[in-house]
Parts: sequence; C-alpha cells; structure tokens
Amino acid sequence: MPDLGPYATAVLGSYAVGLVLMAVIVAASVFRSRRIKRALDEAEARARHG
Amino acid sequence: MSLWEYANPRKFMQFTAPLVPVFFGLSALLLGAGLVWGFFYTPDDFRQGATVKIIYLHVPAAMMAINTWAMMLVASLIWLVRRHHVSALAAKAAAPVGITFTLIALATGALWGQPIWGTWWAWDPRLTAFLILFLFYLGYVALWAAIEDPDTAADLTGVLCLVGTVFAVISRYALVFWNQGLHQGASLSLDAEENISDVFWHPLLVSISGFVLLFLALVLYRTRTEIRARRLHALVMRERAA
Repeated sequence: MPDLGPYATAVLGSYAVGLVLMAVIVAASVFRSRRIKRALDEAEARARHG
Repeated sequence: MSLWEYANPRKFMQFTAPLVPVFFGLSALLLGAGLVWGFFYTPDDFRQGATVKIIYLHVPAAMMAINTWAMMLVASLIWLVRRHHVSALAAKAAAPVGITFTLIALATGALWGQPIWGTWWAWDPRLTAFLILFLFYLGYVALWAAIEDPDTAADLTGVLCLVGTVFAVISRYALVFWNQGLHQGASLSLDAEENISDVFWHPLLVSISGFVLLFLALVLYRTRTEIRARRLHALVMRERAA
C-alpha cells in the first residue's frame, strides 16, 4: 500500500466511488437484461401456444 | 456489405453476441491493470502529492462522459434522419452509462478539489458545464421513461440530445472559451507537444482504454436488452389487442 499521506481520504474515496459506481451500472444492466429476457421468453412461448 | 445492414435488429443481435463478452473481459483486464499500475506503481506529483492518483479515474470518466453524449448525438441523428430503430435504442441504452461516467467525474473531481483547491465545488465554467450536462442526462432518461410510444420518445429525446450537445461541447472546451476558473488546463491534448509525464501517461492510457472498452461493452449489452424490451412490448400489445 503506497503512503498517501494527508490525501488518503481523497484518493481512497475516489477509487471507492469510481469502482462502486461502475459495479452498480454493470449489475443494473445485467439484472435488467435477465428480467427482460425471461419476460420475452415467456411472452414468445405464450404467442407460440396461442 | 453496408454498415446499414446492422440497423436490422436481428443482424445486430447476431453480430454483437460474441463481441459483448470479449469487450467486458478486455475492459476488466485493462481497467484492472491501469488502476493497479496507477495506484501502486506511480510516484506522487511534486505539486499535488498523492492526489495525482485520482487522475486514472477522473480523466477517463470525464472523457467518456462527453464522448458518450457525442455517441448519443450521432445515434439520435441517424434515428431522426434514417429512422433506424437500433440507433434510437443505442442512444437510449448509452444514457445511463453516460450518467455513471459523469457522476464519477463529478465525484472524483470534488474529492480531488477539496485538498488541492480547498473546496469541494466552485462555479467554474468547466465544472458548471459538467453539472448541466449531468442534468441533461437525467432529463434525457426521464423523457424516455415519460413517453409510452417508443417512436415519439425517440423523436423527442433525439431533439433533447441535439440541444444538450451545446453543453457537452462547452464541457469539453470550457477551458479554451473562458480562460478562468479553478480547473487546470487539459491534462491531455492532441495538439500539445508534451502532455503529462510518461510515468503518469502510460498507466493513464491503459485506464482510458479500459473505460472505452467498458463503454462499448455496456452500450452493446444494454442495446441488446432494449431490442428485446421493444420486442416484448410489441408482443404484449398484440396480446392485449387479441
């Protein structure tokens, strides 16, 4: 771990915020994709079976 | 083969299916390498001390916040002129990604500004333009959500995107237009003889590449979701009408 001196809060805070926000957008995209895909599969199955 | 063939949703889905995992994998690799390199293996700046390590997040995020809007502008223009649905859906898919990059740029900028400028925020031209760009992103997403008919939503958000482009341009060139404010000059410039020192530049370049690939992966992935959502919407409407 590098010595960040008096700037530890600013540097570590920046990395925490950046990584958390990137994780949130990836997770939100995956959750929405799975939900839509499941709903589409069900709707297509209903359409096929009348 | 014409580029416009990929405006066909089926063709787009086929073409992008193998690309998405590759882009996600490469972005994780490059982002990890750039951030670890920058954080652990670069020296402190002689003036800004260890806060220079924030550059590996702040600069790529700010670049991508503006470039995401530029991509949305191109996609919106294609929709408005040629009426290709995939382009409208790609613009819609990109907006939350742009919001994320803008938030990262604003938050890391505030965290960087506090120890260096002595304040979290200043009504500096570049910071203010970025805040307005962030509000345009929110307005863009809200407008898509507020209008039920997808074609009308694509039309109106396309126009909003054209208007918001003014602030994207101002965000990029505020330092040139108004030579005042707290924000330092651009860290990177294509026409400068020398940018930042190589010891900072090389890990920054890796981090920027990671951000670009993350953007590509997320936009393609989310566009595929929007294409499925549109198909789902059509099927549900058909069921209701039957």
